[in-house]
Amino acid sequence: MAEHEVAVHAHHPPTGFIKKYIFSVDHKVIGIQYYFLAIFSVIIGLVMSVLMRLQLGWPGHQFGFLKSIFPIGAADGTISPELYLSLVTMHGTIMVFFVLTTAPQGGFGNYFLPIQIGAADMAFPVLNMLSFWTTFVALLVMIGAIFVESGVVGPIGGWTGYAPLSALGEASGQKGQTYGVVLWIISIAIFCIASLLGALNFITTMLNMRAKGMSLMRLPLSCWGWFTTAVLALLSFPVLLAGGVLLLLDHLAGTSFFIPANLFVNDKLITEHAGGSPIMWQHLFWFFGHPEVYIAILPGMGATSHILATFARKPIFGYRAMVYAIFAIGLLGFFVWGHHMFISGMDPRTGMMFSLVTLTIGVPSAIKTFNWLGTLWGARIRFTTAMLFSIGFVSLFVSGGVTGMFLGQTSLDLQLHDTYFVVGHFHMIMGVAAIFGMFAGTYYWFPKMFGRMMGEGIGKVHFWLTFIGVNAIFIPMHIMGIAGAPRRYAFHWNEVTGEGFEFLKGIVPVTKFVSYAAFFTAAVQILFFANLVWSMYKGKKASVNPWEATSLEWTVPSPPPHDNFGGHEPVVHHGPYEYSVPGAKTDFIMQTDPAIAETGG
Amino acid sequence: MGKALGLLLWIITIAAVAMFAVHKWWFPPSITEHGQLVDNQFMLTLVVVAIVFVLAQVALGFVVFQFGSSRKGDATYSHGSNKLEVTWTTITAAVFVTLGILGQQVWASLHFHEAPPNALTIEVTAQQFAWNFRYAGADDTFGKLDPLQMSDSNGNPLGLDSKDPAAKDDIVTSTITVPANRPVQLILKSKDVIHSFFVPNLRFKQDLVPGMSIRVHFTPQVVGHYELACAELCGAGHYKMKSYMDVLSADDFEKWLKDKGVGK
Repeated sequence: MAEHEVAVHAHHPPTGFIKKYIFSVDHKVIGIQYYFLAIFSVIIGLVMSVLMRLQLGWPGHQFGFLKSIFPIGAADGTISPELYLSLVTMHGTIMVFFVLTTAPQGGFGNYFLPIQIGAADMAFPVLNMLSFWTTFVALLVMIGAIFVESGVVGPIGGWTGYAPLSALGEASGQKGQTYGVVLWIISIAIFCIASLLGALNFITTMLNMRAKGMSLMRLPLSCWGWFTTAVLALLSFPVLLAGGVLLLLDHLAGTSFFIPANLFVNDKLITEHAGGSPIMWQHLFWFFGHPEVYIAILPGMGATSHILATFARKPIFGYRAMVYAIFAIGLLGFFVWGHHMFISGMDPRTGMMFSLVTLTIGVPSAIKTFNWLGTLWGARIRFTTAMLFSIGFVSLFVSGGVTGMFLGQTSLDLQLHDTYFVVGHFHMIMGVAAIFGMFAGTYYWFPKMFGRMMGEGIGKVHFWLTFIGVNAIFIPMHIMGIAGAPRRYAFHWNEVTGEGFEFLKGIVPVTKFVSYAAFFTAAVQILFFANLVWSMYKGKKASVNPWEATSLEWTVPSPPPHDNFGGHEPVVHHGPYEYSVPGAKTDFIMQTDPAIAETGG
Repeated sequence: MGKALGLLLWIITIAAVAMFAVHKWWFPPSITEHGQLVDNQFMLTLVVVAIVFVLAQVALGFVVFQFGSSRKGDATYSHGSNKLEVTWTTITAAVFVTLGILGQQVWASLHFHEAPPNALTIEVTAQQFAWNFRYAGADDTFGKLDPLQMSDSNGNPLGLDSKDPAAKDDIVTSTITVPANRPVQLILKSKDVIHSFFVPNLRFKQDLVPGMSIRVHFTPQVVGHYELACAELCGAGHYKMKSYMDVLSADDFEKWLKDKGVGK
């Protein structure tokens, strides 16, 4: 590796503070900006989920401190139904867009894709900067949606924003649906544009900027995750953008894309609209919405594969199968959106087609799981925090994936649709599995990003408690769904007043248990945030390759110089996961190590 | 570390399986013929999924338990096995697709056949946060509706046309009453936003979409008083958009109709 120590800067880093840290075109700075935008958002989303669990566990209870935060939404300290639904909506929207779509791709992908392929930067650095700042504007507008109608926390229609509830504005008679919804739609539209710019950049970068010798089949699996995610984003976000514009026109300009004739709302006949179809919004939304699930999870799969191989000290089992499985998931992901709409009123024959394709997605998902197990089989596992979270990812991916086998069947969806079974299912896979991918990525790549190691001891405590916590929250939710508990209810049964549904009386203890588990898990995250901040300033200095890993990011200093490889162009001789090669001096061969005839690679 | 994680994975697996096995919190009893089939398909899926889930989690627990870095010997150097890839791809594809095909049967029986000719037709119209059920009355004909005459405050939430004689004997109720063992056809409509008709005991759910009339049918078999919930977010009162479905014996249903002014 001596060849890399001759650092000659090809182009000089900017010197001014603003160019260097604010409007930077350096993919590494932009990656960190995306990452912290996601950290900020996840704290908001987490606090909202804690408030929801307070309401669900103890409906109607007065919490004095809420009065001062929400003077109207919780006027007497109890969470009003409007406030509850606003929390549902904003928790979902912020988590899906500004956390799950932002950190894995915009954060880690931005930072590490160019380095892992041996490039000095993204293909379009200025476009990259614009994507981040466009995302930032989207977040500001979304926060505006929270406050614009004072006292409520923004729109109440859920993150899916089904029309006509989302299209009627003031006429809906619902708080938060006037200006709150407008800002919510505008924010999502801006976010779509940002994601499109980012996707173009990722695709071009990976196809055009690879270093000499970095053939496609030598790419780390993390790169395949980011690449496929970018393709999905490129094809799905324009559809949501178009849908958002149409919804906005319905809301503001009197068009009727999603509003049919003769609606009678709030004891008033609405005569201004005719001819629209509420189901069309669902088609547009879910054509984006289902690929979005994979946009959230594929980078996590890529990172997890990368980390599993590193700490198993073994090559990835079935590398090609892993790449093809990612493609298959991405491709099939575009033909299953209708499984969100089995009971929406669309033609039931369409449902059968969507159902079959949905179950087929289980096949590439199973291939990935088998290969992860194959990678760990016969390994010498180093149980770092990053590795623990990656193993946790595999476990959660299995737990969250198998329940899709129920929901993907039309006949079972008749009962389970829009119950807590669905809430448990998607939180398990798109929520916490994806979050575990981010945790794994953080503990693994932090040393490279910040030049210091994260606290491993506190990290491991964070893993154990979080892993137990998330299982305790989301597995019981499936049972609540089987018992018939509908989602997006401010409560199911209120023990104090005797309001609600008698058939759901029995699940009250489960609900309370889930709330306690949620408080516990949320509190545990303080360990993570503390570790993150503490390690940035006080962590042990990181060496170039603390994990003894093979890919290109571990050949450059921690943190890497402005142009990544110090004016030097790396040449790749090996596949990405040459661990424990028989006869090699160490148990890992860097991708840039000179070719050895007998190992191939 | 690996041993502890392996054990934890197994404990979580056992806890999850136990939670699904004890049936302490479970489906409310099914009261329809197709409901029994839904439950059977659910149990079949549960068994298949449980096997997949347990095998995967136990295997994951085993590899982390067994293959820690403190063990003797080197890590195996292997890039995989095409034979294994083909084997597990074929097996999972066969299992999942079979399950997918079996899962269509109940759906097909409910949605691909017209309601039988002896079915009782009831029009269901949802609105923010209430349910309206309309029976055709003695003339067996639903009267015309006029949106201009719709008024919640004047007690004509559906806008029954006062000029149409067929509308005079229509019965409008806020809970739904049906006879046992006779097919029921619902015509589902909404006045304002999307709602969803969900009686857990029926094993049935269908959205009510403004601008559409969706026809569905099923046959309740067990007399009783059941709760009806809205299952699609429709506004602040969504959680309390509650009504009841009363399933009466054939005789009691005739009596109920008579009380409502429909003599036969």
